[in-house]
Amino acid sequence: MDLVTFLIQILNALQYGLLLFLVASGLTLVFGIMGIINLAHGSFYMVGAYMAFVLTGMTGNLMLTIALGIPLAFAFGALLEWLLFAHLYKRDHLEQVLLTYGLILIFEELRSLAVGDDVHGVAVPALFSASIPLSDTLSYPVYRIVISVVCLLLAGGLWWLMKRTRLGMMIRAGSHDRDMVQSLGIDINLLYRTVFALGVALAALAGMLAAPISSVYPGMGGSVLIISFVIVVIGGIGSVWGALVAALLIGFADTFGKVLLPEFAGLAVYLVMAAVLLWRPEGIFKKG
Amino acid sequence: MSETASRNAVSSSAAETLLEARGLHTYYGSSHILHGVDFRIGKGETLGLMGRNGMGKTTLIRSMLGLVKPRGGEVRVRGHAMTGGPTHRIARRGVAYVPEGRGIFPNLSVRENLLMAARPGVDGQCNWDYDRVMHTFPRLAERIGHGGGQLSGGEQQMLTIGRALMTNPDLLILDEATEGLAPLIVREIWRVIREIRDSGIATVIVDKNHAAVTSVTDRSMILVKGQVVFDGASEAVRNNPELIQRHLGV
Ligand SMILES: Nc1ncnc2c1ncn2[C@@H]1O[C@H](COP(=O)(O)OP(=O)(O)OP(=O)(O)O)[C@@H](O)[C@H]1O
Ligand SMILES: [Mg+2]
Repeated sequence: MDLVTFLIQILNALQYGLLLFLVASGLTLVFGIMGIINLAHGSFYMVGAYMAFVLTGMTGNLMLTIALGIPLAFAFGALLEWLLFAHLYKRDHLEQVLLTYGLILIFEELRSLAVGDDVHGVAVPALFSASIPLSDTLSYPVYRIVISVVCLLLAGGLWWLMKRTRLGMMIRAGSHDRDMVQSLGIDINLLYRTVFALGVALAALAGMLAAPISSVYPGMGGSVLIISFVIVVIGGIGSVWGALVAALLIGFADTFGKVLLPEFAGLAVYLVMAAVLLWRPEGIFKKG
Repeated sequence: MSETASRNAVSSSAAETLLEARGLHTYYGSSHILHGVDFRIGKGETLGLMGRNGMGKTTLIRSMLGLVKPRGGEVRVRGHAMTGGPTHRIARRGVAYVPEGRGIFPNLSVRENLLMAARPGVDGQCNWDYDRVMHTFPRLAERIGHGGGQLSGGEQQMLTIGRALMTNPDLLILDEATEGLAPLIVREIWRVIREIRDSGIATVIVDKNHAAVTSVTDRSMILVKGQVVFDGASEAVRNNPELIQRHLGV
């Protein structure tokens, strides 16, 4: 592999890992703080991608679509938490898994009714449609770099939110002692609803950002869900920082696995997971 | 009974009622713990809540805060009916709680434990802030960046009290604030409790040391098996060794 190809693969790994982080960060927060195993989290990614397809068709502009889509996804998340997930906190994991699995089927069915089962594409926004030439024959699309930058900014923002703001302090406190948080005058239900909605918005944003580079297709949430759970477990349940490191690790394992060992590409990710868990059974970063 | 007479005398005092319960019945599953408890504390008042192990002191507090839902009776906070919660609304009416076994957040630093709770009181008063808590608990100031879980038991207790004060409460409920602490720390905690009382915050104090409780408080209540057997002046308890022996002695 020559240097330019190597560089391109590194950029691809970063971009893929960072995009996965957006999905996994919400999953790890909801799992770590509220104790909910949400199999339907991948569906929010799918919903985001379809939202990109439908709204871009209406507005003709992906960036406008994203600006509309984020608040829509947040509101949708808040509503879903209020209607459904708020009743799941006290249930055991089996019931959560069954119910959220059912939710996947419902989302797919609704998607099928609303936009059908066809595969779609979304155009790369004109502003970012250029490519940066790296050699005579190879170049790298600007849009992928934009994705990476946006994800990095969001990772920084999420870190700041959790570590530096009072909201983040309350969220972390809420993961430890619900009663005590309420006794201090904090509405824990509202806090949980906010975290859940934030997770939905991040996953949907990942779907919207990914729409121009992957196609938009039925069931696209499924593979993202599985890989996101791998990231949550590797990173340490509840740790945003752990999810970032794990997502990058998975991004590199997957990208370079495909390049170096194409026959075993699908295995690389799980080998990394096994190795990390043998080394640290609770994940790279413990909850906190 | 003279005990009942003195209760009526005290509870008809004029101070605005902060927290009040009438005829509370609380169960854990099928075990009936509180049997029609009446409770009242007014602004600026100090009340000792006493009773042997398992008599229902903690259950009474948790029932009034809505952390346990009472099955019968009524809770009023500043005159508003708030039986069974929601807990955060009760707290927002000026009630702060230092639970038995502390309840610090070990995954937050000392500083974060305090900051996350900060808010002005019901009347907008901001008498307590980060600096004043630091000043009141110099030991915490030395530990400011540490994780809550790294503190000693006494420091954790100070942190919980400091955190409760950050909400600028009108009523502070302390459940076994000195339990299991070294004598030096216990003295320090009582010093702070006096300081809080003198600043005008009403306090409910649950503690096994009835001599200390009755000397710090105006009024005392004694619970036996989920029923109030005494509610009257703390002085009357102090001067009644027979009462102490019967309901509190070991
Ligand atoms: N979560 C619970 N589930 C079932 N029973 C409980 C629970 N908590 C307390 N109890 C029981 O309720 C009764 C009252 O307990 P409570 O903790 O209110 O007493 P207390 O007066 O605070 O005692 P202590 O001085 O030991 O703190 C006890 O018999 C106790 O065993
Ligand atoms: Mg108790």
